[in-house]
Amino acid sequence: MYTEKVMDHFQHPRNVGEIENASGVGTVGNAKCGDIMRIFLDIDENQIIRDVKFKTFGCGAAVATSSMATELVKGKSIYDALKVTNKAVMEALDGLPPVKVHCSLLAEEAIHAALWDYAEKNGIKIEGLEKPKSDIHEDEEEEEEY
Amino acid sequence: MDKFLYLDNAATTKTAPEVVEAMIPYFTENYGNPSSVYSFAAKNKDAVNRQREIIAGALGAAPNEIYFTAGGTEADNWALKATAEAYGNKGRHIITTKIEHHAILHSAQYLERQGFEVTYLDVDENGKVRPEDVEAAIRPDTILISVMYANNEIGTIEPIQEIGKIAHEKGILFHTDAVQAFGQIPINVDECHIDMLSASGHKLNGPKGIGFLYIRKGVKIRSFIHGGAQERRRRAGTENVPGIVGLGKAVERAVRTMEERTKKERELRDYLIGRVLEEIPYTRLNGDREQRLPNNANFSFRFIEGESLLIMLDMKGICGSSGSACTSGSLDPSHVLLAIGLPHEIAHGSLRLTLNEEFEKEDMDYVVETLKEIVKNLRSMSPLYEDFMKKQNR
Repeated sequence: MYTEKVMDHFQHPRNVGEIENASGVGTVGNAKCGDIMRIFLDIDENQIIRDVKFKTFGCGAAVATSSMATELVKGKSIYDALKVTNKAVMEALDGLPPVKVHCSLLAEEAIHAALWDYAEKNGIKIEGLEKPKSDIHEDEEEEEEY
Repeated sequence: MDKFLYLDNAATTKTAPEVVEAMIPYFTENYGNPSSVYSFAAKNKDAVNRQREIIAGALGAAPNEIYFTAGGTEADNWALKATAEAYGNKGRHIITTKIEHHAILHSAQYLERQGFEVTYLDVDENGKVRPEDVEAAIRPDTILISVMYANNEIGTIEPIQEIGKIAHEKGILFHTDAVQAFGQIPINVDECHIDMLSASGHKLNGPKGIGFLYIRKGVKIRSFIHGGAQERRRRAGTENVPGIVGLGKAVERAVRTMEERTKKERELRDYLIGRVLEEIPYTRLNGDREQRLPNNANFSFRFIEGESLLIMLDMKGICGSSGSACTSGSLDPSHVLLAIGLPHEIAHGSLRLTLNEEFEKEDMDYVVETLKEIVKNLRSMSPLYEDFMKKQNR
């Protein structure tokens, strides 16, 4: 049901853990629906993501998309990180089963939520970044792309 | 990975070698159509009827009350839809429960769309239907009560005898889905006042694609599958002779081995449950502790999600199942776990392990040790666990 890349990232997730005094932390999803992602960002003075960690409660796809999302934003500027879409995460994993597409959306949303937190903490505005939803599942029907 | 522990025997079972052996001649030599006139084929009719006798004997029924179907799902569909059709002018109300298999629930929902009214009874925190609830739900227009004999997910055995008694006192037909219970625990249709009972071959070491519906003499339901005079004109289609022979053999075997087999399974199951609850914190057992199928264990591990758990177990050679949303293809976890009152997040972290008699204590030890490691690992990456621990330490 999963691609080899998904299985690899599930079995050997990259960047699992927490960052103490992180520059930004974002938590999205809800336990009711079975997945929660939390992303920690360590951002340097040049607005480059120096380190990133995640914790995820969820299925194999949720863990794999979190892992891949952290890999894709690591070392990037906050503006480039903002451009990492759920599509990019899915492509990097060689695809996801249709019922798991929402996991990739969650990963994108978690990155955005962490960036939002960073922006708020530092009193800056990141062009193109919107306030994260508290629950990604509210309108996922419209957002899912098959 | 050499280890292979099939702990999903509620999903299906290995076909017993003696069952396969009994079936083979009916593929290769005795392949005649039982409806044909010549003696070569007619003896297959006798073979089919012999199985009917074996199965009837296991239930305390008469052979002509056993009707072969393509499995438990067909038997459930037939019982509900044909009863509604045959008794619909008498009344249009059906009582069932919230924890039935989808073969019952989806058939009931179909009937609702046809203008029937269905009451879905709640269950208690162990998954038990309260007989007084059944009684209270009965209306003058109730035509059928359908309650499963034992639940497929949490293994709880329902008070079928009491419910059957209530149904019969009120003159209402009583059906039970015994797909999980038949072959695991003794069942007598008269003692339990059962009018219809569904069962399946592959849950008791028989072949897939064969099952039956017991229909008490006098119950007027008609054919659901049209096109021939087979099964006393109630179920058309050339008999699945090898399947029926395999089912008969499996039933004979299940009855013969039941006492010894289930005693061993109960001991192993209780050992497994004991160790898991003792050694893995924040874990609960779902289902009734006592009134429970001999081979069923169902746990919820807080802070983790079932599908992740299943994949990790699979990598260690352990096959289990989960009521998590991710394994069902929807966003909601199992309807059974929700019906017993589990919050969504705890229902997502459920694991069902169903044993067979071939396991030994050391297999259970391997399962426990593996589970401990995996649960710890998944919790270490769970934000829910992180939040919970921070709260605890505050």
